[in-house]
Amino acid sequence: MKLDLDAVEETAKHLYIQALKILPPDIKAGFQKLDASETNPLAKSVLATMIKNIDVAEDTTNLLCQDTGIPIYNIVIGRNVEVDGQSLKDAIRKGCERATTEHPLRSSVVHPITRVNEQTSCGIRVPVINVDFSNAEETFEMEMIPKGSGSENGSFLKMCIPAEGVDGIKTFVVDKVMEVGGRVCPPTIVGVGVGGTSDLCTKLAKKAGARALGSVCDDPEGAKLEVALSDAVNQLGIGPQGLGGDSTAFAVHVETAATHITMNPVAVNIMCHSARRARATFTPTGVEIGF
Amino acid sequence: MAEQTIHMPCTEEQVRDLKAGDTVILEDWLYGIRDATQIHMFDHGRTTRFDLNGHAVIHTAPNVKKVPPSNSCPAGYESICVGTTTSQRMERFTRPLMAQYGVRMIIGKGGLGEESRAAFREFGGVYLAIIGGTAALETTWIEQITDVDLDDLNPESLWEFKIRGFGPLLVAMDSHGGSLYDSVKQTAQDRRAEVLAGMGVGA
Repeated sequence: MKLDLDAVEETAKHLYIQALKILPPDIKAGFQKLDASETNPLAKSVLATMIKNIDVAEDTTNLLCQDTGIPIYNIVIGRNVEVDGQSLKDAIRKGCERATTEHPLRSSVVHPITRVNEQTSCGIRVPVINVDFSNAEETFEMEMIPKGSGSENGSFLKMCIPAEGVDGIKTFVVDKVMEVGGRVCPPTIVGVGVGGTSDLCTKLAKKAGARALGSVCDDPEGAKLEVALSDAVNQLGIGPQGLGGDSTAFAVHVETAATHITMNPVAVNIMCHSARRARATFTPTGVEIGF
Repeated sequence: MAEQTIHMPCTEEQVRDLKAGDTVILEDWLYGIRDATQIHMFDHGRTTRFDLNGHAVIHTAPNVKKVPPSNSCPAGYESICVGTTTSQRMERFTRPLMAQYGVRMIIGKGGLGEESRAAFREFGGVYLAIIGGTAALETTWIEQITDVDLDDLNPESLWEFKIRGFGPLLVAMDSHGGSLYDSVKQTAQDRRAEVLAGMGVGA
């Protein structure tokens, strides 16, 4: 399959706008689940407002949240997909820029030192484009995540030592959820990376936070940690928006990687309740848009 | 837990009447302000031509569309999506906003800290919590963008909004030292040991 770069550009534009307006079905279901189990009246009213906002955004075709985030594109190239790598990245960047200027969207991206905003949602190394490969025959996948800053500012890494064990990992996650409180727009998905190198650990936390609700870590040890931590953080009483209640997180998601004998890294990356995500799958039969 | 409508600008007395846990709906005027706006106002010596005395400011940077100025868009901007950002980053600007500009209300999400609480008590101010991430809804409370200042900082300009039925907003920090965030923080702290023990930490 030869990848059509015009279609890639159009899709990169479309996914950014779609992600900002329509929440994935798993997140909507997550809201219903929290609403059903929440016992605090104020928290219930906060959840009701969030659910109402999801409907208003769809009814008025408006953005769920004003934060257009840092645009992230995760692409997965399957077998026998023919594409020039640099042209692919250029097409994605162009699509991202066009979404911003043509919709128009607020450009939330600035130079890190001068703080100058090019008004395109693009800049040095942004949009973030992560490239991976898969076994899927003649398939190209593009996932778009507009990562909001309120929750991205809730990102942490600790190079624990082996003597701290799993206790060190659990304690770090609980303490960070407490520290950020309402600032990260709970209820959240708490993404946790365990193992790897410092950069891989951080990347895994981001991957975990962006995973669909209901999905489970492939590593059974990671999956066990997900269950324990999901239960634990929701006992802290932080609640939606940090105003108290049971619904602090939809879930804690964990991703793992092998690490060094002297290392025990743990990273936290939080996804806010506006857990936005959109996906396109390119095959020889066409482009399918989803979540 | 009273609910009341307040037409802006408001008086110190009106603000002092509000208690943490009350809800309010604002009418008429609101100003949008953010990190860069306040960094330029309080660190770089810039000033605004707006009279913020007795007014409410909201921590925001809206999505707007540039249009020719008209009766419905006098500032040349149409509001596309107006939402609220995390307040904590702007903690150190609460005091100068109140002391130098007479601001009475700050609207944001996630709460503010000790320095803000002291300023609210000293000058007579409140922090009103909005539900973060519900910008589509919030946008329906904005009638129009009537004016804009410091627009070279766009989207972090100083925005003047005409509002209608802006709320309900929750009084999360009042002028008497009350803060809903404090009790939540205390609860979490009290439960921490039990939560960790429940996962077998330290066993």
